[in-house]
Amino acid sequence: MNAAQLEIRTEGGGTILCFTGPLTARAIAPLWSRALATAKAPTPLTLDLAQAEMIDTSGAALLLAIERAHDHTITWHGLTDAQTKLLTQLRAALPQGAPIMPAPATIVRRSLWRTLLIRVGFFGETILATLALPRKLRFLRGAEFFRLADRAGTQAVPLVAMMGFLIGMILAFQSAIPMRQFGAEIYVAALVAISLFRELGPLLAAVILAGRTGSAFAAELGTMRVNEEVDALVTMGVDPETMLVIPRMAAAMLVMPALTLGIDIAGLLGMGFVMMILGFPPDAVIGQVQMATSPHDLLLGLFKSLVFGAAIGLIGCRAGLTAGGGPRAVGEAATSAVVGGIVAIILLDGLFAVIFYRLGL
Amino acid sequence: MSAPAISVEGVGQTFGKRVIFQNVSFDIAVGEIFVVLGGSGCGKSTLLKQMIGLLSPTAGQITVLGHDVARETDAVRRSIGVMFQSGALFGSMTLIDNIMLPLALFTDLPLAARQDIARLKLALVGLADAENLLPSEISGGMAKRAAIARALALDPPLLFLDEPSAGLDPITGAGLDRLILDLRAALDCTFVVITHELQSIFAIADRCVMLDREAQGMIALGVPAELRRSSDNATVQAFFNRQPTVQPRGA
Repeated sequence: MNAAQLEIRTEGGGTILCFTGPLTARAIAPLWSRALATAKAPTPLTLDLAQAEMIDTSGAALLLAIERAHDHTITWHGLTDAQTKLLTQLRAALPQGAPIMPAPATIVRRSLWRTLLIRVGFFGETILATLALPRKLRFLRGAEFFRLADRAGTQAVPLVAMMGFLIGMILAFQSAIPMRQFGAEIYVAALVAISLFRELGPLLAAVILAGRTGSAFAAELGTMRVNEEVDALVTMGVDPETMLVIPRMAAAMLVMPALTLGIDIAGLLGMGFVMMILGFPPDAVIGQVQMATSPHDLLLGLFKSLVFGAAIGLIGCRAGLTAGGGPRAVGEAATSAVVGGIVAIILLDGLFAVIFYRLGL
Repeated sequence: MSAPAISVEGVGQTFGKRVIFQNVSFDIAVGEIFVVLGGSGCGKSTLLKQMIGLLSPTAGQITVLGHDVARETDAVRRSIGVMFQSGALFGSMTLIDNIMLPLALFTDLPLAARQDIARLKLALVGLADAENLLPSEISGGMAKRAAIARALALDPPLLFLDEPSAGLDPITGAGLDRLILDLRAALDCTFVVITHELQSIFAIADRCVMLDREAQGMIALGVPAELRRSSDNATVQAFFNRQPTVQPRGA
C-alpha cells in the first residue's frame, strides 16, 4: 500500500494541509504528528482531501484530531459525500469533553484486614464443613479423591526421589568437609539422617507439594470460580468446602507422609552413596544411622508432614476459591497458593520446633 | 462484475471418519452482509475457522480478497477482523488497550494517535465511557461490542462475526444488529456473520447460506426472505418458519 503524503502550503495568510494517498491506519503514521503540530497554529486552515484515495476510521480519527487541535474554523476541500457522512457519524459518536476515567479495578486491592478476615473465615468454614461431613458424605466422590491423590502423590514420586537423593548427597558432601578436620566423617551419616527425618524430609516434601499441588489446586478452583462453577455448586445447595476443599485437603494430607518417607529414603541412599565414595562400608553407615536415630524422629517428621499437607491443601483451595474475575485472577491465585503455602510451612515448622523443644521430643 | 470478497469452492471438512460438511460452494460480494446459518453442530463455526485460516479444509479451496487462504494465510489475516463468540478480549488489558494492541503491533502510529483511534472505535460501538474498564468488569453485550471495536482496529475490509447476538437480550441483540448495519454504511466493509438468530438474520442479511448436519452440507443459498417464501426444502422451511413446540401462555 502507498504511504500517505502531506504537503503543507501557505497561501493568503492561511495554511493548507494537502493530503495525498490512502488515509488508513497503516499509512498515516508518518504524518500524524506533523499534521497536528501544524493544526495548532492560529492561522486559517484548509484541509484539502481531493487527492486522498480513501479514508477509513483511522484516517477520519486523524482529521478529527486536527479539527480538535485547531481552535478556528476549518475549510474542508475535496471530501466526497461518503467521507463527509463518515466524519459526521464519527463526530456524533465521540463523547463531548474528556473521556470518563473510572478507576481501573486492577489498582483496587483488598485491605489487610479484609484479607485476614477472608482467610480466617475460610479456615473456619472449612472446620465447620469438616465437622458436618458425616451428614454430607454423599457429596464426596471417591474417584475424584483418588484422582487428586494420584496427581499430588504418585505423579510427584520421581521428582521427590530425585530431589531427596541429590539433597542427601549434597548434605553428606558439605558436612564431610568440616567433619574430616575432626576425624568425625562417620558422624555425617547420623547428621544427615537426623536432619532428613526431623526437618528436611517434611520441609522439602512440603515445598514440592506447595509448588506442584497447591498451585494446581488454586488454578483449578480459580478457573471454576471464574467460570461460575462454584456459584453453580452453591445454588445447588452444596457448600464448596465440602465438595472441593475437603477432598483436596485429605488428598494432600494422605500423600504428604508418603512423599516425606520417599525423600527420607532417597536422601539416605544419596548420603550412603557419598559415604561409600568416602570409603565407609554400608554396614558402618547403617549402624551409625540406627544408633543416632530412633523411630520417634521419623514419626515426628511424618506428623509434621501431615500438618504441612493440610496447610498447603487449605491455602491452595483458599487462594482458588477467593480468586477475583478474569484469567489474571487465576494466575494470582496460583502465586498466592505457592507463596502462602511456603510461608505457612516455615511458620509451622518454627512452631513445631518450639513445641517439640518444650516437650523434650 | 467485480471479483467476490470471498469465494468458497467445493469445501469440505472431516475429522477422522466424521464428515462435518462437504461440497460447500458460494461467493460473497464486496460490501455484502452474508450470514452463515444452521442448527447447532452443522459446521458454521468450522466454516468460519476455514475462512479465517485457523483450519485447513480437507477438500476444496477458499479465496479471500484474491488470496488463497491455505497458502497465503498471512495476507488474508492482514485484511480481516474477527469477533469471536466469547469476545476473546484479553483479560489483563483495559478495553482501550485491547483495541490499541493491533495498532501498536502493525502500525508506526504514536501513542497519542493510537489512543485517539482506539477511542473513536470505542465511541463507534457505544463504549466511549468504558475505555478504562477491564473485560471482567463489563457485561456480555459490552464485551461483544468491544470485540467488534477491536476487530475494526485496523479498518479491515472484511469482518467475521461469530454469533454476535448469541446470549444477549433482544434489545442489546437488536442494538448490535443496528451497529453492524451502521458500520457497513459508514465503512463499506464486507461482513460474514455466523448466527442462528432468526430476527438477526432478517434484520441484517443481504444473503445467507444454510448448513445442515443431516445433509452434511449446504441446503440453501439466497436472500432470507425469499428462502422463507419459496424454498421447498423442509429443513429450510422448518428453520425459517419454526413454530414453538410449547404454546405461549395465553395463546
